[in-house]
Amino acid sequence: MTLPRITSPHATGANRTQRVMLRVMAATVPGILTLCYFFGIGPLLNIALACSFAVLFEALVLRLRKRPVGFFLKDGSVLVTGLLLALALPPYSPWWLITVATGFAVIFGKQLFGGLGQNPFNPAMLGYVVVLVSFPVDMTLWPAAHSIETSAGLQHVFLGQAFPDGWSQATVLDVLKNNNNLTLQELWNNNPAYGLFAGYSSEWVNLAFLLGGLYLLRKKLFSWHAPVGMLIALFIMSLLFWNGSGSDSNGSPLFHLLSGATMLGAFFIVTDPVSSATSVQGRLIFGAGVGVLIYVIRVWGGYPDAVAFAVLLMNLCAPTIDYFTRPRTYGHKAAKRGFKSGE
Amino acid sequence: MSTWLIHPLRGGIHPPDCKTLSNQQPIQRAPLPKQLIVPLLQHIGHITQPVVKVGDYVYKGQLLADSTAPLSAPVHAPSSGTISFIGPQPYPHVSGEMLDAIVIDTDGLDAWCELRPTADFTKLAIPDLLDKIRQAGISGLGGAGFPTSNKLSPRADQPISTLIINGAECEPYITADDVLMRERATELILGIDILAHILQPKNVLIAIEDNKPEAISAMQQAAQARDYHVVKIPTIYPSGGERQLIQILTGQEVRAGQIPAQQGIVCQNIGTVLAVHDAVINGKPLISRITTLTGQALQTPMNVECLIGTPVHELLAFAGLQNEHLSRLVAGGPMMGFTLIDTAAPVIKTSNCFLAATAQELPPPPPTMPCIRCGDCAEVCPANLLPQQLHFYALGNDHEQLEAHNLFDCIECGACAYVCPSSIPLVQYYRAAKADMREQEQKQVKAEHAKERFEFRQERLRLEEERKEAARKERAERLARSKAKQAKKAEQNKSDGNSDSAAAQEEIKRLKIASSMAQVALRKAQKQFDEHGTDELKAQVTQLSAAAEEAKQALHKATSKAEATVPPKQGVTDDELKRLKITASMARVALTKAQKQLEAHGTDELKAQVEQLSKAADEAKQALDKANEKATVSAPQQSSANEVKRLKIAASMARVALTKAQKQLEAHGTDELKAQVEQLSKAADEAKQALTAATARQAADPKPTEKPAKPEPSAAEQALKKAKIEAAMKRAALRKAERAQADASSITALQAELAEAEQHLAKLNQSETADV
Repeated sequence: MTLPRITSPHATGANRTQRVMLRVMAATVPGILTLCYFFGIGPLLNIALACSFAVLFEALVLRLRKRPVGFFLKDGSVLVTGLLLALALPPYSPWWLITVATGFAVIFGKQLFGGLGQNPFNPAMLGYVVVLVSFPVDMTLWPAAHSIETSAGLQHVFLGQAFPDGWSQATVLDVLKNNNNLTLQELWNNNPAYGLFAGYSSEWVNLAFLLGGLYLLRKKLFSWHAPVGMLIALFIMSLLFWNGSGSDSNGSPLFHLLSGATMLGAFFIVTDPVSSATSVQGRLIFGAGVGVLIYVIRVWGGYPDAVAFAVLLMNLCAPTIDYFTRPRTYGHKAAKRGFKSGE
Repeated sequence: MSTWLIHPLRGGIHPPDCKTLSNQQPIQRAPLPKQLIVPLLQHIGHITQPVVKVGDYVYKGQLLADSTAPLSAPVHAPSSGTISFIGPQPYPHVSGEMLDAIVIDTDGLDAWCELRPTADFTKLAIPDLLDKIRQAGISGLGGAGFPTSNKLSPRADQPISTLIINGAECEPYITADDVLMRERATELILGIDILAHILQPKNVLIAIEDNKPEAISAMQQAAQARDYHVVKIPTIYPSGGERQLIQILTGQEVRAGQIPAQQGIVCQNIGTVLAVHDAVINGKPLISRITTLTGQALQTPMNVECLIGTPVHELLAFAGLQNEHLSRLVAGGPMMGFTLIDTAAPVIKTSNCFLAATAQELPPPPPTMPCIRCGDCAEVCPANLLPQQLHFYALGNDHEQLEAHNLFDCIECGACAYVCPSSIPLVQYYRAAKADMREQEQKQVKAEHAKERFEFRQERLRLEEERKEAARKERAERLARSKAKQAKKAEQNKSDGNSDSAAAQEEIKRLKIASSMAQVALRKAQKQFDEHGTDELKAQVTQLSAAAEEAKQALHKATSKAEATVPPKQGVTDDELKRLKITASMARVALTKAQKQLEAHGTDELKAQVEQLSKAADEAKQALDKANEKATVSAPQQSSANEVKRLKIAASMARVALTKAQKQLEAHGTDELKAQVEQLSKAADEAKQALTAATARQAADPKPTEKPAKPEPSAAEQALKKAKIEAAMKRAALRKAERAQADASSITALQAELAEAEQHLAKLNQSETADV
């Protein structure tokens, strides 16, 4: 009989890309459930639309690129992109908005760079930013918690009918940004929707994503460096620039940690390995950079939330961070770092 | 026995160890095979040469093959029998290539040759102990197969502080060391005693992974009376890698490009320790080893003590191989082993395991996906490399970046590929890239070598050209002399010769020599110029132009004088002729130099100078020709005795040059040298013929000739010049060799040649000064 000639190692671990993607999706379940609790079927509609379009676009481009469609669809990465984008968009987003966002994310953000593993930017965040700057009105329409009826929501999504008055409201981040005459105490007293610290719905959704993130950490899907770097940087920034709860308040550290897309970003966006730095030290720096940028843009920038912009900006820096955070090889005195090494 | 502080390993993985498959029963003895295949290379280093021949009867333990190379280990007959074949046989190697081996048809007697056991090894001198270990053919049994005696002989300036006995056995499946420690702990401790006696380390550490509790307790028990540390280390792959184990036990990293001995550490595999024990205490060479036979394709996985040379299929049959379940046969462990494609290959000294795996055990690798830069590989890399970066650079063939990312520090443990979620065969990429880079490096070395050879050839051709130039001059001289002879004969018919003309002839000869000497001086000056700047060059140019001017003036004077004194027999006086020659050669020299400078720098000023100088040279030549003609017309007969002497010297010189060239040819044997030798032998023949002719002529010539003024210096100076060229050439060759960092032997040879040439030169110089 003929024996095969295969080079070592002969044993292989059980980890597979597909499994990684499935775990990431599973970890979003608490967040999805919480969102559904507050916003009804809105988040599910987002997810259904975004994932279908994402798969559709991916299949289309793979076919155009003459790649095995089934093989690459099976890795599940495009579903993760669709899912994260759907979670970032306001619930009950119109179908065309989702189409534009996923189309840009999958086609321009991922496939045109060469598909899985080749994209310099986080595709979901790229799609999000494109619709955020293109359709700012629709993107700031967050429904108020427990206010949307399913039929009205469906009509809004598919027929473009406007929400009735009072169904939508500015997010707490938005309010805080534009507020200049009320103290925080007054704001919070005025509206029960502001919850305990960071918005009634927002703080619970953030906690749910934190839970999912901790599950992923436990399963060692990623190292703690990027998320912890980001959260600590955001915490330190908000602590340093916390100016009390007057009318010009920048928001408390807890407010920043639990509002907007902080936890979704920390555990599901900055942990995207493809577009972040690779070394352990690099990931810490990458995460910290995102945290600092989130705070800077939220407080002094033009947008109420900033996770997407902060991530994209740090994506730009990732290769440079990698250049300067090469580890010291065993037996060597110092690491070879910087742009010049290897030339 | 105090507890030894251990340090964490960087990275590492925890693959399922699958060790209970094979370590549940005691060590079995494999049946004696009908045929033993003993490969001539079972270690890292030089292959051995057989000392037996086909048909010889050998006893068990008898030496079969050895090598004089320092890095080698002899091989011995694992059993008694007749040698039936010596030649290529299947060999357990990743390449699957065959290798020369000695095949023994065993006679079943298993009759030992005479053994020389040692009752008390402490009475043996260390070199004797090391020799015993070498003669027993011991090389590392852990897998790499480094000759043990070499590893135990560190340099005098590197005292060994720590001896590490590697019983980690971190590879999954393999249990050979485990069962060995369980069953032979007493012998192992005795073996360690020997190693400790040789190295005299401060600490002796026996490292065992904590998944082998039986082995640990057995070793602890056996080592009770000793000051050895049996260190329990955490189970993690690859803790058994030499560099990794050193890090775990000492916290030190073996510096890149160094060996542990340079930091006072020596590592020995536990299996090697048993071999050392057997070699020193029992006098038995390394002819058997304990090998793990495992995998689910075997009915009874086990550890066997088998003879080196036993074909693998016999061992697998002994362990109950179910052929229908076998999908992959691995020599070594599942992490670093290589697949065996021919089961006829024998067990060798480094064979620690044969893994007969089913398709479920080691499934074919899943299809590779694109890298998602998850970084798992970097996290598990024990060398702290960036495997994914290395992968990208390997894909892009970016050798500079691979070098910068320290590809050559990769130990190919396979941890990165094991954890890769995209199933990228990372180690394969690294191996290919390493091989590629090594090949490139070799190519570069070759190219450099070729360049050097070319440069040397250019240099040699240049010197050859100079030599030819000198020979041409000599020929021209000879021609002139023979013409003079004819003229004399013609003259003799009319009247007696003019004695003054003979002197003039001698003068011409001297002048020629002086001119060639001037050329030598000039060459030296040019060399100096090449090294120095333009200022000196300018000064020399002025000097030379002044010389040219002088030559011109002298020429004018001489020509006018010659024209004025037409009527006498001798048209030109000796002095004038001499001066003319000098001026002419000076002008030529100045011209060539200026031309060379012009080529190099090409300024208008230089161009003008060259033109001027060439005019001057032409004029000088014309004047000289004229004077020569006149002189030749009235030249007396050349002293034939003088001629014969000169020819003799020339002939002997030619012979010397020829023998030297032949020697060089023998040593180096290039085509160019061959051509040179042929040329020289022709020249030597010519010289001989000329000499014979001259002697014949002299014998025929009844008239005794008067002794010339200065015959020897001419030949001596020629010889001197030749010797000088020879020495310069040798020096150039040596310098080149040194620059290329050629091996010591060739440099010493060149140095010797140079010294010889210089001696020769000095001798000639001396004799010349004595003559003067």
